[in-house]
Amino acid sequence: MNGMIKYGYLIPLLPLIGFLINGLGRNFLSKKISSTIGSGVLILSFVCSLLVFNQVTKPGFNTQVLFLFDFIKTAGLDIPFALQFDQLSALFLLIITGIGSLIHIYSAAYMHEETEQHYARYFAYLNLFVFFMLILVLGSSYVTMFIGWEGVGLSSYLLIGYWFSNNNYNNAAKKAFVMNRIGDLGFLLAIFWMLSQFGVITYTGVFAEASTMPLSAITGITLLLFIGAMGKSAQIPLYTWLPDAMAGPTPVSALIHAATMVTAGIYMIARSNIMFSLAPVSQNLVAIIGIATALLAATIALKQNDIKKVLAYSTVSQLGLMFLALGVGSYTAGVFHVMTHAFFKALLFLGAGSVIHAMHHEQDIYKMGGLRKKLPITHITFLIGCLAIAGIPPFAGFFSKDEILTAALEKNVVYYLLGLLTSLMTAFYMFRMYFLTFHGNFRGTEEQYHHVHESPAAMTMPLMVLALLSIVGGWVGIPTVFAEDAHRLSSFLAPVFTGVHHEAKAEHLSHSLELSLMAGVVVLIIVSIFAAKSMFAKEGLTAEKSSSFGKLLENKWYVDELYDKIIVQPINHIASFFSRIIDNKIIDATVNGVGKLVQFSSRQMRLLQSGQVGSYVLIMVVSIIIFFIFQMFWKI
Amino acid sequence: MPINYYIFLSVCLFSIGIVGVLTRRNAIIIFMCIELMLNAVNLLLVAFSRMHHAAAYALDNSTLVGSEAQIFVFFIMVVAAAEVTVGLAIIVMLYRNIHSVDINFLNRLKH
Repeated sequence: MNGMIKYGYLIPLLPLIGFLINGLGRNFLSKKISSTIGSGVLILSFVCSLLVFNQVTKPGFNTQVLFLFDFIKTAGLDIPFALQFDQLSALFLLIITGIGSLIHIYSAAYMHEETEQHYARYFAYLNLFVFFMLILVLGSSYVTMFIGWEGVGLSSYLLIGYWFSNNNYNNAAKKAFVMNRIGDLGFLLAIFWMLSQFGVITYTGVFAEASTMPLSAITGITLLLFIGAMGKSAQIPLYTWLPDAMAGPTPVSALIHAATMVTAGIYMIARSNIMFSLAPVSQNLVAIIGIATALLAATIALKQNDIKKVLAYSTVSQLGLMFLALGVGSYTAGVFHVMTHAFFKALLFLGAGSVIHAMHHEQDIYKMGGLRKKLPITHITFLIGCLAIAGIPPFAGFFSKDEILTAALEKNVVYYLLGLLTSLMTAFYMFRMYFLTFHGNFRGTEEQYHHVHESPAAMTMPLMVLALLSIVGGWVGIPTVFAEDAHRLSSFLAPVFTGVHHEAKAEHLSHSLELSLMAGVVVLIIVSIFAAKSMFAKEGLTAEKSSSFGKLLENKWYVDELYDKIIVQPINHIASFFSRIIDNKIIDATVNGVGKLVQFSSRQMRLLQSGQVGSYVLIMVVSIIIFFIFQMFWKI
Repeated sequence: MPINYYIFLSVCLFSIGIVGVLTRRNAIIIFMCIELMLNAVNLLLVAFSRMHHAAAYALDNSTLVGSEAQIFVFFIMVVAAAEVTVGLAIIVMLYRNIHSVDINFLNRLKH
């Protein structure tokens, strides 16, 4: 233990302090102070993360575990609360605290309309969220990760339902919470299974013994872990909470859905790569669910008119691609895409927030249009974000997406084709949104048009930083086709991903094939962008009437309605049965019956107390005689 | 003298006490009947004590077996005396208040 890592506990501690100050002092802190504290602690935490990262990148670095205290210590069960610093957690630290800081700074301006009390509450929640997220990635055991995991679920509930006076938002928050709980149950069962199978729960302990365990146990554990990841990372069938979670303030969406919470599932599977590599069944399932989610969400995003809903479905879709990468065994590509996605999706969400802010909380892209002159900085940065997510070189998204597609092709050509289709749809719907928002003529009201204004510097500055990162962020992972050993991320993460089977590399694609595929993909993406331009960059567009298939997409394949029919309503019926029959007729009747019986019998017994001393004595004597008779004849 | 006689006498005294308590309305008479019952029990205790002691003494002339009951009788007497004190005081107060010792008047305590 040496260097900065000795003080590594400061990284999660600082946001916790910020949470306590803002949460407890929300009634008397001014907006300036609470935003300074809220962002300040995170910037400090980011600085600490940078120092840690710097130490981790030094040659000859080995994984270090910073022991803090015993969480559970009994005979045969020893769960320490410790922080693990290695390449994977250091990378996630940078993403979380770095993008988190930008989002905090952005929030300070975005939320300026709130009252002091709610403003401080907002920052308290944000800090709490970051704290739990840091615990999640820093924990050295699955139990510690689970603490962060649950905490993230809680604080996302608080943040999504931040505007709690709107009941729809509360319902969205509840939906997110309940959906996450379903996944958490899987994770929890996996932890119990690991404890009974391995006896330890720390990463080092579990991974050291993983290869000696029976395949069925490993498969079961990894499947349960994946159920947890499904909930947190919004995969089929638990993805419906994420689009609804757009109810929260836009910076919250950026934080939760770009940089942090939804990537927790990716982090967990990447962390457990040794076990997943041992269980091909689970890996295939991860890949299938991933590509199915990617495709489904992309089709839905084609027809959404709410700027945040489009981004939400694109997030689900991108997460699906990351799971595809994990499923085909290319953990580096998955984590790489987490990183670049964090950059450009945070940028897009914050850009959308800037647009919404300028439009006074109008989110319908058919009520926008032609905003590029009014919002120059937002426009340029948003365009960069769209180019990055579409996968145009040399923007960040190109490299990570290409790596995922290549890895998918090496595994199975079907994955590749579906992934390609998803990418094309991504480019199409992102540019549909872009053209509808920034090009064409303004379709909102006259009054809105006059009020449109560029956002303050506190909001545009994070946009510019993220735009820069969206351009250069992919350069750490330049594929070997362009230059040997230029994939610095891959060699950086190599010590963590020891479970990857290297023999798979044997059937590597030839460089010429890879290059021509890459070029083909880029051309196709550019074609779909121009298709979007020709359809949506026109003057005088109105919300189009959809055909029957379009209606299906507009209504999100009716998945919410399906869940309502097959899960929510039956549960409601069972609940009402229990409340009407079991609770009212049986439990209440028993409890009330006991009371009634006591009342009735005491009313009868009351008659015995006549006040006649003679009758008391008579009763006494008769009772004594009865006792005697019992004693004599029954011999109790 | 056989123990039966003592038992018989005790039962008679006790029954007289019970009948008295049940049938009489004068508080002082009831009180006396209760004393009668107590003393019937005392008599029985002493009689059994004597019987057991005599049996044990025949085997071992230094034994004290059976004599405990006689000590017990003294306890009962002391307790009875204390009880009489309280009871008579209640009766005196009763008489002062309602100029009667008829227990049927006591049912007004109920209200």
